[in-house]
Amino acid sequence: MYSIIEAFKKAFVLILSLDPELLGIILLSLKVSGTALLIASAIGLPLSAMLGLRKVPAKGIFVSLMNTFMGLPPVVVGLFVYMMLSRSGPMGFLGLLYTPSAMIIAQTILALPIVVSLCHSAIIAVDRNIRLASQTLGATPFQTSITIIKEARYGIMSGIIAALGRVMAEVGAILIVGGNIAGYTRVMTTTIALETDKGNFELAVALGIILLTISLFINALLHFVQKNGTVEAALWD
Amino acid sequence: MGLRLNVSNISKSYNGKTVLKDCSFSFDKAGVYALMGQNGAGKSTFLKICSLLENPDTGEVNYFSGSGIISNDLELRRRITLVLPKIGIFNTTVFQNAAYGLKTRGIKGKDIENRVEKVLDFAGLLNKADQNALTLSSGEAQRLGIARALVIEPEIFFLDEPTASVDEENTRIIENIILNMKKESRSTIIITTHDRLQAERLADTLLIIHNGNIKAGTASTPLSM
Repeated sequence: MYSIIEAFKKAFVLILSLDPELLGIILLSLKVSGTALLIASAIGLPLSAMLGLRKVPAKGIFVSLMNTFMGLPPVVVGLFVYMMLSRSGPMGFLGLLYTPSAMIIAQTILALPIVVSLCHSAIIAVDRNIRLASQTLGATPFQTSITIIKEARYGIMSGIIAALGRVMAEVGAILIVGGNIAGYTRVMTTTIALETDKGNFELAVALGIILLTISLFINALLHFVQKNGTVEAALWD
Repeated sequence: MGLRLNVSNISKSYNGKTVLKDCSFSFDKAGVYALMGQNGAGKSTFLKICSLLENPDTGEVNYFSGSGIISNDLELRRRITLVLPKIGIFNTTVFQNAAYGLKTRGIKGKDIENRVEKVLDFAGLLNKADQNALTLSSGEAQRLGIARALVIEPEIFFLDEPTASVDEENTRIIENIILNMKKESRSTIIITTHDRLQAERLADTLLIIHNGNIKAGTASTPLSM
C-alpha cells in the first residue's frame, strides 16, 4: 500500500514539474496516434460514405470484413507490419522499421476498420426520408450525399473517437514495430509496460493518470458535442 | 402556365402486387388537383413517380415547357417538388431547413434570408426560425415541409397527404396555406387526400384513383367504385 501511495505522489510531482522526458513521451504518443487517426479518417470516411451511399459490388462481404477487423489483435497487426517493413520484407527498402512512421502505419491499420464500420453504420442509420427530402428539394446526388453525411455527423464523430481510444490505449503493435527506443519511439503505453517491468512505478503511474485524463477529456468532448444541438448550425453554414 | 405534366400508361407493381395499371392523365392547367383514393390505392406511388423519385415499370412521365419536353432530371427536380407525409427533417434549425433548397441552387446571403423569412411567415413559423426543427410538433413539421418546398417557388407542387397526421388546428392552417398558394401563385398543386370534404374545399379538379387508374371525379363519386 505504501509503495502505491509513494508512486502516486512521485507521479504527481513528475506531472506538475512538467518533466521533459514525460512531456516528450506524451507528445510523441499524441503525434503518432493523432496522425494515424487522421490518415484512417481520410481513407475511412470516403470509404464508409461510398459503402453507405452507393451501389458497390460485394459490399456486404467488405462490410463484414471491416466489422471482423475491428477486433484485430494489435500484436498480429504489429507482426504483419513488422514482416512488411523488416529488411527482408517487401517494403524493407523504405527503412521504416523502428521509426514513428512504422508505428503510425500499424495504428492506422488498427483504426481504419473502426472508422469504416462505425461511420458506415452511422450513415446507413440516417432516416430514408432525409434522402428523399433532399432529392425533392432539388439537390444533386453529391449534395444529397453530403446532406446524409452531415445528418450522420454524431455517429461519425463517435466512430472517430472510438478509433482514437483504441489506438491511444494500444501497446502490442507499436512495441513490435517501434521497438520502444527512448526519446524516439517510446510512447505512453510502451513506457508504462517497460517501467512496470523495471519496477519504476512513478513514471508508469504518471503516464497512466495522463492516459486516463486524455480518455476522460475525449469522452467529455464527445458528450458535449452530442448534447449541444447548436453545433450543427455551425456545420451547416 | 409554365410547366405541364403528362403521364401516359404508367404501371407499377411491388412484389407482384399491381399498384398502378396503364394510368394516364394530363395536368395542363394551373390550380389545385385533389387526388382521392382509399389507403393503398396508389396515390403516393403516383406522386413519387411524377416527382421522379421512382421509375414506373412501364409507361412515361413527361414534362413540357412551351412546346418542348424537358428531359434533364436535375432541371426538372428544381422546377417541381414533393412534400411527403414524413417530411424528413434535417437536424438543424427551422431556418436552415427552409433554406436548404435555396442553398442547393447556389443562392446566398440576403436573398436567402428574405425568401426564407417570407415563407416561414407564410407558414406561421417565423417565431420558431432559430429552433431546432426536430423539436417541432407534427403539425408544425408538416408546415415546415410546405414552407421548405414553397421557398424554391416550384412550378408543380405535389403534396402527399399533407394533413394525414396533424390535429384539427394544423389542418386548418395547412389548408389556408394551400388556398393562399392557389391565390398567390400560378403553380399547379397536386394533393392526395382521402378526405372528400378537404378535396372539395381545396381543389379545382377532383380525381379518383381506383384499381390503379385515374379518373375525373365529382363530389359524389365514391372512393371505391
